[in-house]
Amino acid sequence: MRYEPLNLGRWIVWGAMALVFIVVPLAFSGGFALTMLIQMGTLIIFALSYNMLLGQGGMLSFGHAVYSGLGAYLAVHTLNLIGKGAFPFPVTLLPLIGGFAGLLFGVLFGYVTTRRAGTTFALISLGIGEMVFACVLMFPGFFGGEAGVSTNRVVGQPFLGITYGPAIQVYYLVATWCFLSIVAMFALTQTPLGRMANAVRDNPERAEFVGYDTQKVRFLQLVLASFFAGVSGALSCINFEIVSSENVSALRSAGVLMATYIGGVPFFLGPILGAIVFIFFAVALSGFTKAWLLYLGLFFVTVVLYAPGGIVSILLMQIPVLRAGRLRELLWPYALAAGAALIAMVGLIGIVEMVYRLSEQGASTVLNVFGMSFDARTTAPWIGFALILAAGIVALRFASRLVGARWGAIQQDLLARQP
Amino acid sequence: MEFFLVQTLNGISYGLLLFMLSSGLTLVFSLMGVLNFAHASFYMLGAYFAYQVSVKIGFWPALVIAPLLVGAVGMLVERFGLRKVHKYGHVAELLFTFGLAYLIEEAVHLVWGRLAVEYRVPPELDGPLFQIMGSQYPIYRGFMMLVSVAMLVSIWLALTRTRVGLVIQAGLTHPQTVEALGHNVPRVFMLVFGGGAALAGLAGVIGGNAFVTDPGMAAAVGPIIFVIVVVGGMGSLAGAFIASLLIGCMQTFAVSLDWSLGGISVAQAAPVLPYLLMVLLLIFRPTGLMGTREG
Amino acid sequence: MSANAIELRDVHKSFGKTKIINGVSLAIGKGERHAIIGPNGAGKSTLYNLISGRYEVSSGNILLNGEDITGLRPFEINRKGLSRSFQVTNIFHNMSVYENVRCAVLWAAGYRYSFWHRVGGLRDVQQRAEEVMEKIGLARRRNVLAGTLTYAEQRALEIGITIAGGANVILLDEPTAGMSRSETARAIELVRSVTEGRTLIMVEHDMGVVFGLADRISVLVYGEIIASGTQEEIQANTAVQEAYLGAAHKELADA
Repeated sequence: MRYEPLNLGRWIVWGAMALVFIVVPLAFSGGFALTMLIQMGTLIIFALSYNMLLGQGGMLSFGHAVYSGLGAYLAVHTLNLIGKGAFPFPVTLLPLIGGFAGLLFGVLFGYVTTRRAGTTFALISLGIGEMVFACVLMFPGFFGGEAGVSTNRVVGQPFLGITYGPAIQVYYLVATWCFLSIVAMFALTQTPLGRMANAVRDNPERAEFVGYDTQKVRFLQLVLASFFAGVSGALSCINFEIVSSENVSALRSAGVLMATYIGGVPFFLGPILGAIVFIFFAVALSGFTKAWLLYLGLFFVTVVLYAPGGIVSILLMQIPVLRAGRLRELLWPYALAAGAALIAMVGLIGIVEMVYRLSEQGASTVLNVFGMSFDARTTAPWIGFALILAAGIVALRFASRLVGARWGAIQQDLLARQP
Repeated sequence: MEFFLVQTLNGISYGLLLFMLSSGLTLVFSLMGVLNFAHASFYMLGAYFAYQVSVKIGFWPALVIAPLLVGAVGMLVERFGLRKVHKYGHVAELLFTFGLAYLIEEAVHLVWGRLAVEYRVPPELDGPLFQIMGSQYPIYRGFMMLVSVAMLVSIWLALTRTRVGLVIQAGLTHPQTVEALGHNVPRVFMLVFGGGAALAGLAGVIGGNAFVTDPGMAAAVGPIIFVIVVVGGMGSLAGAFIASLLIGCMQTFAVSLDWSLGGISVAQAAPVLPYLLMVLLLIFRPTGLMGTREG
Repeated sequence: MSANAIELRDVHKSFGKTKIINGVSLAIGKGERHAIIGPNGAGKSTLYNLISGRYEVSSGNILLNGEDITGLRPFEINRKGLSRSFQVTNIFHNMSVYENVRCAVLWAAGYRYSFWHRVGGLRDVQQRAEEVMEKIGLARRRNVLAGTLTYAEQRALEIGITIAGGANVILLDEPTAGMSRSETARAIELVRSVTEGRTLIMVEHDMGVVFGLADRISVLVYGEIIASGTQEEIQANTAVQEAYLGAAHKELADA
């Protein structure tokens, strides 16, 4: 809880964040980096809106891409209208159009989906997602079928000389909307609705007994979240200049779920970190290997199994240890564990890539990695990588036990020291 | 008239297949409280394993081996994955099975490629079973119905007549008591989950060659199964049965009818129909056809 | 003649074929302190769940301040001025004590589903929450996570959440369950002070608490009220002694 004395701290934190947004493209310049930053910014908004449902409202949705996708569709058509001169609307404010569409469908679908909670809600959201996806393919007139609807973002009146042609301008557009969205969504957590959404998440029965209709709380939370999802959809439309059925696909919904979870659902910052890691993973890795979706899935399942609070939870756990000055005792065990994990990963990647080489029609069966080449048709590399994987797993078990022991010892000491 | 009959039979055989899948899902959900998002993935694995075995050995061995393999995978998943996330709560469990479904799909992509594989109906079962007026009804569809019914009957018998079945039923509501009585509840859960996986695998063995066997088959049938479970009422087998037949017939008829409305043919709209049904039901009867309360 | 605070008219409740509540009729006047006692399994919690809207009655009517509330949902009943506590502590474990109480205040303070008010700046909410925390004795523990409180503190918080909204009719479900003697004594004082001028209905097993607080007592056995009256009347009632007080007869006689 924040109390008045922290007022100055609040301004410093937000100011620092704004500064980061402004300065980061100067540190990471270049087309490739800029692409990643723009996508990160868009996904941050999307993931934060997703966490309004899951982290704050306790609603697990498998179909959140519906709101961002439909927002993107409305945005792309609006953009085309602007381009034809039929609708004088500033491109800078296009995300509002996306948000509006998201909001509209949030009201429409939210009414149906929030009638149930928990697992049923999750399944219904999946069903709605599939339904919208199927509908999009059914009406190629508006949705452009599988090819989608393309557009040009350099249209309409330039805003203070900004045409959004160069990527750097798109970045600052996304960054501004991202910053504003973060502020808005954080502010929402500090409202009566935001607080009661938490209450409904933790104990829906008690929330009813203090006078709140849990269904209405969830409905409103979903409507607000879908607004921001629509905003992110419009930004995606501006960035890629195309919107297709992929924008409302189950894969998109899965992606934002994974990004949010990897970052850390219980924390406001979680989705922000998760979005950054996810885009980095996706964009950087997809250039190196075709099996990146598999690796992403493995990473996600690992997080679910071993770090259900996400990366943020792992980082936060280190803080009391750091404060007690005992983090350096963990550095060696952590390094050992990281090394073991690396070895295991090398083995796994080798096997996966070789399987890939064998199954893909028309690909060469030779794997070129680390400057060496292995033919997937021979048995030697298989045995080699399998041994490396096994060795890595054994080393990882040993290392994790070491980490566990050290961690336990430190925790005991910290507990003993408490007044 | 004959069209109607043939399509009804087709609808029923498809509905029975859907019920094979949704009943397994409902059983695991009722017994373990876990909704297995990867249930349709086990279906897909069953089809692919059957394909591999039938190519190397034959269809009939595949009918036995493939479900067992999938069951083994299911048991491993329960032992090393599900058991671990159980303590983190329902959301984590669901997300684990969700991640698993995703992984299985990618693994299938990896091993068998992105195109469909030629998993065929065996020649003994290929051909007409009987004739209704002018149309022929294929043997294989009849075989599918036979296997579905046999499977469902044997499950019912196993649950209500055997000792293991009674233990499972008891463990449903009072796992600690059952454990205190000396039964190994974790092992029972592992068997149940593996059993559910094997059933899904069996459905894959018989469904994979009747329909198509490609990496997208789990994503195609999975949401339908979930719709069935929601429409029928979470945890209700009777509801799942009715919903399965309803949706099976609805889909079969929709795809083969020639009507259209406002430029959209019914066949084009077929993929959307189950979801429309779900939405309508949710508006008028939120607990599903036979459901009573939240699971 | 003002209406009764709570009135039950021939209420029945069955779960499937099992009849739990078998024709209960009861009238509790405004400002009265009423205790419901009875052996375990008599249906006391079920009765509470019926009154507060958690379960639906199979037949019969329930009236709150003369208004029929049969079949209304819990939040609707709560908004009409009835609030209940739970036998198994039902608080918001992941929130601090202060946040718990504040949640209970928000609706009554009129903020509803607002997403344009900053909850930290709402003076009236803050003040009310401070008052309640003071009353339940947890003011110094305001920032502690509710899940980490001691059992007795959680029970106090439970009561705090129940009364924070300013309800006029308060249902307490075994408020002193699991407490030691001293904790019970403090709980009795707390209940007495927070229900000043309000209607209190209490389910309790501890006869000391019942006789210390209640104006009137009803005895529920197998889903039926077999006796209802003052402490003296109940103690003298032979049906009650037979049905309920077998071993506890001595306790009643000594109290």
